[in-house]
Amino acid sequence: MPEVLKAPLVVEFPFTRSLGPVQSAFLTGLRERVVLGVATADGRTLVPPVEYDPVTAEDLRDLVEVAPTGTVTTWAWNHEPRRGQPLDTPFAWVLVRLDGADTALLHALDVPGPDAVRTGTRVRIRWAEERTGAITDIACFEPYDGEPAELTGSDGTFEEKVTGIVAHARLDYTYSPGRAQSAYIAALSGRRTVGERCPSCRKVYVPPRGACPTCGVATAEQVEVGPAGTVTTFCIVNIKAKNLDIEVPYVYAHIALDGAGLALHGRIGGIPYDQVRMGLRVEPVWTDGGRYPDHYRPTGEPDADYETYKELL
Amino acid sequence: MTRDIAVVAFGQTDTLRTTEEMSEVEMLMPVLHDVLERTGLKTADIGFTCSGSSDYLAGRAFSFTLALDGVGAWPPISESHVEMDGAWALYEAWTKLLTGDADTALVYSYGKSSPGPVRDVLTRQLDPYYLAPLWPDSVALAALQAQALIDAGDTDEPALAGIAARSRATDNPHAQLRGPVPHGDYLVRPLRTGDCPPIGDGAAAVVLAAGERARALCERPAWIRGIDHRIEPHALGVRDLTDSPSTRLAAEKAGAFERPVDTAELHAPFTSQEVVLRKALKLGDDVRVNPSGGALAANPIMAAGLIRIGEAATRIHRGESDRALAHATSGPCLQQNLVAVLEGDPR
Ligand SMILES: [Zn+2]
Repeated sequence: MPEVLKAPLVVEFPFTRSLGPVQSAFLTGLRERVVLGVATADGRTLVPPVEYDPVTAEDLRDLVEVAPTGTVTTWAWNHEPRRGQPLDTPFAWVLVRLDGADTALLHALDVPGPDAVRTGTRVRIRWAEERTGAITDIACFEPYDGEPAELTGSDGTFEEKVTGIVAHARLDYTYSPGRAQSAYIAALSGRRTVGERCPSCRKVYVPPRGACPTCGVATAEQVEVGPAGTVTTFCIVNIKAKNLDIEVPYVYAHIALDGAGLALHGRIGGIPYDQVRMGLRVEPVWTDGGRYPDHYRPTGEPDADYETYKELL
Repeated sequence: MTRDIAVVAFGQTDTLRTTEEMSEVEMLMPVLHDVLERTGLKTADIGFTCSGSSDYLAGRAFSFTLALDGVGAWPPISESHVEMDGAWALYEAWTKLLTGDADTALVYSYGKSSPGPVRDVLTRQLDPYYLAPLWPDSVALAALQAQALIDAGDTDEPALAGIAARSRATDNPHAQLRGPVPHGDYLVRPLRTGDCPPIGDGAAAVVLAAGERARALCERPAWIRGIDHRIEPHALGVRDLTDSPSTRLAAEKAGAFERPVDTAELHAPFTSQEVVLRKALKLGDDVRVNPSGGALAANPIMAAGLIRIGEAATRIHRGESDRALAHATSGPCLQQNLVAVLEGDPR
């Protein structure tokens, strides 16, 4: 068995999310150093506020200002902050019930050590210097020894309301393709295309994924296919892809390699794009040091008869 | 309820710290073959197939469609998927069998947590406005719940260590952590490494069958007497973290309180969560809790809940239990909870 292949895989996505009226008021308020909650029909004030009552599911719209000071309701000491968390020095995660609120808000508390925090500790908001209308406008909480801070008197109306947020996310993985695909990739780097045959239906899968999707059994018998093959179908690409140094238009095709039970895909070169056709015979073109074919070009053979590849479309 | 439906077979992989030499379908396929072999069924005999998994764990888009390769989905099968633990896939399959549309169902789930930073990955399931931008990881949120329990006098650190040790004193051959395991340093205080589940990869599969079909496929079917799932309000600060009203309600609807159970398989990834669940489910000291070791011994995310149902059913199959409760959870601090009650025929 070849060694396990691994490669870094970064999944990064900015989600643009719109806000409802209550979330919009709350996040706009944070930008203006005002904390707003929402009142429920039974007289409770929820902070952070939500659009619907968590008990009755009724619409909630009545904004109520609460103080930027409050009390820790539970905590956890985080001696090793992780990427993206509010502070990069050790801190306490806290749920804080702000003065005037009936529910608690999650954030970080900046204290020197776990001995400086307990349930019941009084705290106040430390505002971020640059505020955009996001939960991170609260930089963190800090200890506070005193009475509830005074309210600003805001009724929740602001100029230039925040109507959306962009939530960035990045996750770093180590991708490993598994046994069948590792064997395929290892063979490719030796300029051989190796599929796997299903022991039940005898079909040869290229690239192999380790299982026959028709029979639901493991494939294992390795079968070298190609190098030449037949274009079974194709499309003409007219839009230049970002970070891809290929002139448009070009042809991207399904290619049934000789001996394979299904087509793989690849770019067709060495022929004007408008002369590519179904049945065209092609072979892989390798570049120096390339671990997979750069593209496929015509072999010069006569076109394949439709009957020979119609099952592979 | 018009039909009796039972778990007739259960299979699981060993849970391993990494399975980097296998793709997801390569990891999953052996357990699919295992449960089909136990019942003598072929893919074509299965009326409905339902799976649970999350693409975020391994970072592979549409991995659940690739996993279907292992089922053999041609000619086309009746199939569904939930982006949740397989326990919820089982719930969907149970519903399908209740309607009479199918007599047998194959339920499977799998999770490969090893390729990614799972504590961070799980932050992406949180409220995107107020929580996710702060990246509060799964251990941190569980630690807030643990501290709330300690403050309430419901537990203390030595008691939590005791839960960890009891869980890992299992003879479960599939477990990832077994025997004496150091309780370790704080990961996020008050939780130590020993209070947290191991990170691992694994897969599980269950076959369900209705009525006489179940009796034909299994000597002692594990009849699902009731199954229900409920959820807490999603803001953590609205909840009483020391209690789990959703678990209690699901148990009530599943009929768990009608008669005592002898065994309970609880999906409590953190020691402190077992304290909450025991209270919510009113489990006495005479109930055998997590003989499999539970999620503290092996926690393949997306499969660990289905495994609880499978473990409870297996004990009924073997005649080691007559009435068992199985629980599955999802989300931070026991956000969502499913309870199933399983029974064997009288002996
Ligand atoms: Zn086959």
